[in-house]
Amino acid sequence: MSDNAGVEEVKARNKEMIEEVLKAYPEKSARKRAKHLGTHEEGKSDCGVKSNLKTIPGVMTIRGCAYAGSKGVVWGPIKDMVHISHGPVGCGQYSWASRRNYFVGTTGVDAFGTMQFTSDFQENDIVFGADKKLGKLIDEIEVLFPLNKGISIQSECPVGLIGDDIESVSRAKGKQYGKTIVPVRCEGFRGISQSLGHHIANDAIRDWVFDKQTGKPARFESTPYDVTIIGDYNIGGDAWSSRILLEEMGLRVIAQWSGDGTLAELESTPHAKLNLIHCYRSMNYISRHMEEKYGIPWVEYNFFGPTKIVASLRAIAEHFDDKIKEGAERVIAKYQALSDAIVAKYRPRLEGKKVMLFVGGLRPRHVIGAYEDLGMEIVGTGYEFGHNDDYQRTTQYVKDGTLIYDDVTSFEFEKFVEKVKPDLVGSGIKEKYIFQKMGVPFRQMHSWDYSGPYHGYDGFAVFARDMDMAINAPVWRMTKAPF
Amino acid sequence: MTQNAEKVIDHFELFRGGEYTEMLANKKCMFEDPVPAERLAQVSEWTKSDEYREKNFARTALTINPAKACQPLGAVFAALGFEGTLPFVHGSQGCTAYYRSHFSRHFKEPTAAVSSSMTEDAAVLGGLANMVDGLANAFSLYKPKMIAVSTTCMAEVIGDDLNAFIKASKEKGSVPMEFDVPFAHTPAFVGSHVTGYDNALKGIVEHFWNGKAGTVPKLERKADGKLNFIGGFDGYTVGNMREIKRLFDLMGVEYTILGDNSDVWDTPGDGEFRMYDGGTTLEDAANAIHASATISMQEFCTEKTLNVIEAAGQETVAFNHPVGVEATDRFLMEVARLSGRAIPDPIRKERGRLVDAIADSSAHIHGKKFAIYGDPDLTLGLTGFLLELGAEPVHVLSTNGGTAWKEKTEALLANSPFGKNCHVYPGKDLWHMRSLLFTEPVDFLIGNTYGKFLERDTKTPLIRLGFPIFDRHHHHRYPVWGYQGGLNVLVTILDKILDHMDQNTSEVAKTDYSFDIIR
Repeated sequence: MSDNAGVEEVKARNKEMIEEVLKAYPEKSARKRAKHLGTHEEGKSDCGVKSNLKTIPGVMTIRGCAYAGSKGVVWGPIKDMVHISHGPVGCGQYSWASRRNYFVGTTGVDAFGTMQFTSDFQENDIVFGADKKLGKLIDEIEVLFPLNKGISIQSECPVGLIGDDIESVSRAKGKQYGKTIVPVRCEGFRGISQSLGHHIANDAIRDWVFDKQTGKPARFESTPYDVTIIGDYNIGGDAWSSRILLEEMGLRVIAQWSGDGTLAELESTPHAKLNLIHCYRSMNYISRHMEEKYGIPWVEYNFFGPTKIVASLRAIAEHFDDKIKEGAERVIAKYQALSDAIVAKYRPRLEGKKVMLFVGGLRPRHVIGAYEDLGMEIVGTGYEFGHNDDYQRTTQYVKDGTLIYDDVTSFEFEKFVEKVKPDLVGSGIKEKYIFQKMGVPFRQMHSWDYSGPYHGYDGFAVFARDMDMAINAPVWRMTKAPF
Repeated sequence: MTQNAEKVIDHFELFRGGEYTEMLANKKCMFEDPVPAERLAQVSEWTKSDEYREKNFARTALTINPAKACQPLGAVFAALGFEGTLPFVHGSQGCTAYYRSHFSRHFKEPTAAVSSSMTEDAAVLGGLANMVDGLANAFSLYKPKMIAVSTTCMAEVIGDDLNAFIKASKEKGSVPMEFDVPFAHTPAFVGSHVTGYDNALKGIVEHFWNGKAGTVPKLERKADGKLNFIGGFDGYTVGNMREIKRLFDLMGVEYTILGDNSDVWDTPGDGEFRMYDGGTTLEDAANAIHASATISMQEFCTEKTLNVIEAAGQETVAFNHPVGVEATDRFLMEVARLSGRAIPDPIRKERGRLVDAIADSSAHIHGKKFAIYGDPDLTLGLTGFLLELGAEPVHVLSTNGGTAWKEKTEALLANSPFGKNCHVYPGKDLWHMRSLLFTEPVDFLIGNTYGKFLERDTKTPLIRLGFPIFDRHHHHRYPVWGYQGGLNVLVTILDKILDHMDQNTSEVAKTDYSFDIIR
């Protein structure tokens, strides 16, 4: 899309494509969906689509629920706490160990990240309430898992509908055991996507973890270089390949939120000098709170691909003295040879390849730089549960004429891919096999398709290798039978 | 720096490098407030003890690592077995995202299902508006031949009435009046995914046979001598259904598969995405009332469905996921009896080949101790097969198995000298199993992917048989039913035993005298 005529052509095609898919809907739904589909216009303050609105029923949305946002994203990775899926058995079962938030610990003894604890509601629990059962269940956890540091109660739909008082149970049991027990009201029907679950989970940390720490000293002696990693879930080790760079530049990471995180790290966070936010969508709430209450500034960063890493390292260093600024330059210099070698190896194989993305609340913009470092072009992107501030931030990443689809339905996504014919689609497990059957290479961009890390310089190497592997696999030559 | 462009390393090796291990050690000691190593080791050992087992089995409120899922998952499975059918789950939308992911991770296939996306206002007002709009949207976007409705626990707790809602939606023109919308209430707080399968299939059968929710006259049964076949909720459905069809065709049986997922979860990679493929036609689903009998491969998946079918005047026969020689004998002899067709020579030969294979290999399996867990019917089928291999089941556990399952399993075990040291655990979970494996060790464990955590902790080698299997690919394409299926299960078990034998004898100059080239 180098020349203007090309861009205008693309915009016209997008418009036509959008009109075409809208025709398939009943009129009322077409009107609603029209607001979520569009084309980015250079110079606009957002991407021109509505977002964070209710999904229309019956359309095969890719979205999940508030429970998924709280248990699956924010709380689940805190490894030394037991997270109870409070309600029927399914929610905990489907989200059991599937998100790949790596951690180090002895599972079942001092770490619980890949276990499924549930109250497994039966009919009686619905009819008579389950507060008593919850109390008993916490007692049983204390007997069988004495080294747990705390417990969170992740509410599933029925909890909020039957009028249970999980806050009272949490208070009473917390007092009895002298432990942090956190009730989280993340019932799946709250809000319209995972997003409200993130917010509720953030608020629960504020109310049930931070407030208990008021006036307590830090566990360690503070330094001027204490920072935190916020909004990195350590998928395939992402937070580790990020942490190593921050430490190499002279910073000290006192907490990881929440990949490979611990209760102690959550508690220590208000002692940080600067909060570093990777996933803005899921953890801006707590960062703003810490800014207001403790005066801790926060900065967004992006560790996907060398261009963004370099810019981020420098932006982070700006908040510190020359020692750190020099540290950042040292890190940049140290990894220059590696990232040059990666680009030299993979760019010729990926140059000009077109990519369509559809991911959660951060990656639809954050990964774009990494693709561009490899000479690839993002021709379409959209968020499952982004808000308008995400689409505003996206304008800094996307080019004029990029197709934008918010809360895309599987119907729209298929039609768009059929028409646009990208060389790669990056989305989730529910989408993966659809596009592969169409003969389109695919990478899961939530779980890194069981690979990773993708963050940092070490992660960029893996990212480049994986994109090459997906696009240049010989299998795609065999889609059509020769007879 | 460990990373390099020549040979890119990922999480498997990257974090084992010195700079990362040092970084993580520092993180732990400085910021994690770790449990002292001695205390950790002490508690870790204690979790393996008899005392811990006793406390673990005293649980009444807490479930840990259960081997079951919830009803609507089974309802989605059942719905996808019918031609052009879109599963529609009424309730919160996150549930449907979970079902789709769960099936896609097992089958490595797309799974279509829609949700009515109920939110807080629907919790207060009820989900009628969501049903009305949802059916209209699903109908016009995805052009299904049928929409099969089930419910999440949210819709059940607030008491939404599917029958009334579907009627109202049709009156509002969401779908044509005559369009098929069978439904089933599938509360997640009752039973498990196998219950949901049963309820949803029963809903479909009742819909077609019993007058489509009072909108048409009930069908009148005119026996046509055909057989109906129901597979149940089955992780091997792709391979199994094809094998059953092959066997029926060899026998010349006239049959209808009620719920055939074998094509929709095995579509080709040829450039075209098929959202719908194969499945029982709606016409066949209706005409199935005329069959002389219905065979279910999984009793506990089809209890209510079979009641409805019996009430229509058919004979019903239910098996427990038959695996192996004798179970397959019984199955085929029933098919022969009900259809009046003889079991032909080619099948007789297949039987002989399986017996031959068992004779060749049973020395490696005979006397080995096994723990098994899974769905009620599957564990019964596998236990039966182990007994005929001369293996000794020691623990048989089913989180969604009840008293009837327990009695049936105990009766099966009592029938064989190899079953006399076995205990049966209904309603227990994989954390109970962990205690069992530590306190009463066995040689091998049979279960689904989650069993890998037990394998890691207890060092009991895991043989993957069950649902879901996320971390091995394509086994669902191979049958476990029929004599051919029995051979597949035999090989699966044997491969693990022999691999394990090699691993245990590979230490040079110490154990490798037994590292035999011929086994």
